[in-house]
Amino acid sequence: MVEITDVVCSLCGCVCDDIVVEVEDNKVTKVKKGACAVGKSKLMGHGRIEEPAIRENGSLKACSYDDAIKKAAEILAAARRPLLYGWSSTVCEADKVGVELAEEIGAVIDNTASVCHGPSVLAIQDVGLPSCTLGEVKNRADLIIYWGANPAAAHANHMKRYSYISKGYWTEEGKKNKKLVVVDVRRTATAKMADVFLQIEQGKDYLVFSALRALLYGYEDVVPDEVGGISKKDLLETVKMMKESKFGITFFGMGVTHTRGRHNNIVNAIEMTRAAHTHTKFSIMPMRGHYNVAGINQVCTWETGFPFAVDLTRGYAWYNPGEVSATDLLIRRECDAALIIASDPGAHFPGESIRHLAKIPVIQIDPFANPTTEFADVVIPAAISGVEAEGNVYRMDNIPIRLRKLVDTEYIADEEIMKRILDEVRAIREKGGN
Amino acid sequence: MGTKVNLISGRTIVQGQNLDNKLSEAYFNEVATCELNGSDMEKLGVAADERVKIKTSFGEVVVKAKEKAGTPEGVIFIPMGPWANALVSGDTHGAGMPSYKGIDAEIEPTEEEILQVKALMKTYME
Repeated sequence: MVEITDVVCSLCGCVCDDIVVEVEDNKVTKVKKGACAVGKSKLMGHGRIEEPAIRENGSLKACSYDDAIKKAAEILAAARRPLLYGWSSTVCEADKVGVELAEEIGAVIDNTASVCHGPSVLAIQDVGLPSCTLGEVKNRADLIIYWGANPAAAHANHMKRYSYISKGYWTEEGKKNKKLVVVDVRRTATAKMADVFLQIEQGKDYLVFSALRALLYGYEDVVPDEVGGISKKDLLETVKMMKESKFGITFFGMGVTHTRGRHNNIVNAIEMTRAAHTHTKFSIMPMRGHYNVAGINQVCTWETGFPFAVDLTRGYAWYNPGEVSATDLLIRRECDAALIIASDPGAHFPGESIRHLAKIPVIQIDPFANPTTEFADVVIPAAISGVEAEGNVYRMDNIPIRLRKLVDTEYIADEEIMKRILDEVRAIREKGGN
Repeated sequence: MGTKVNLISGRTIVQGQNLDNKLSEAYFNEVATCELNGSDMEKLGVAADERVKIKTSFGEVVVKAKEKAGTPEGVIFIPMGPWANALVSGDTHGAGMPSYKGIDAEIEPTEEEILQVKALMKTYME
């Protein structure tokens, strides 16, 4: 048995890097320290896609890696409007090859930000983001606001490592000297811990951000007695806490991005942060979901100039979420083939978009079978990044961290699979005189 | 006609634990469910673990009802996944993001079976 320390978790955007595991017979047998219930489940592993496969007459038939990669390349080389989607649960090195492939074949490349914090990206491009690192939050923040986010379920170590419960340089007493405000439609497990819980009416986030902005700027007279289901008294109490804090932070989740108003909600949240700056230090940060969704946004930006929904069919990068984002492309039944890597649109896209995806040739690269596998035509099993393969990822505050390899595997890593597909595609195109 | 409700979706711990295990019984038991306030369950005449059918303009799905005190009246919560998404429109209103939350829906008790994930995916291939 070997004990491995400083293991990095490849589950959510927290990217916890202080995990201790035991490895025996080339298997993770115990997670001793550091991981939350969700991260632990990931590290301990689940049933795998055992071998590459190609769909024939409706069912998947096992084949070699070479055959699956060749078939994938044939599909992509023949496609007129291919979509390359996912990229958030793998490492930046694989993402980089993905962008190269998109450029080679003139594809649309999009990532899971599209159905997660895409609206946050749009808002940040609009008005900027007064943000910080999680280290600064840990060491300085004495007021934490979770808005439309339920870290107790989705980022279970977030409060302990970085925010409300953590102890830092100027926050050595931990939560004793901190305040927690939660804004949510439901009284969640996170809400139950809050000093102030603002139970907002669904879809009224924009109004409440506006009310708080007005109060922070001193316009109490324009705010009615109730806004979005929240009493003026509670709003005033929240503003008092914001003004009195030494360093405040708003973490916002999909409760704000998935709902009516979308990016406009986030613009208003950022403007609320600016209003708080007239009184104290205040910061704001999206609660990124996948462990490397921030990373694919980085890679896509440094390679194409844009973080998601990039159309490379023209020979140059065309960025227009709402037009070339994956869901929109599928709804319009525009794409004629898709490569899905490190994500699961079968489970997480609207049914209306899956209907088209299920009908076109789909290549899936993933360690695990999931709803997408049910209609995938080529299935290529991958090594699990952070367990069987190493590589760089970006935490939710855009800090790069290197995932470690814990055990050996026969499965090929995403980067290698992507390189081999790219090589095959180039060979086909050269042969065809393209 | 069912009772009008506002549908939202989101993460849960068990859903997260089974992200890489979506074809499992554990994922099905957690995600093919719908959380409602106790008084809404009473009004619908539905007890815990009984089935409900939820319809939107985009689709319909059968899931198991679960009582959850923190859910406000008139709001139903389905953990994010294939069952919630069977009800979601692909329209992104020009922003790239579908409306996963705040969907007008109708809910009613039903005796119909809950589709397993494989069967649910098959409906998209027809």
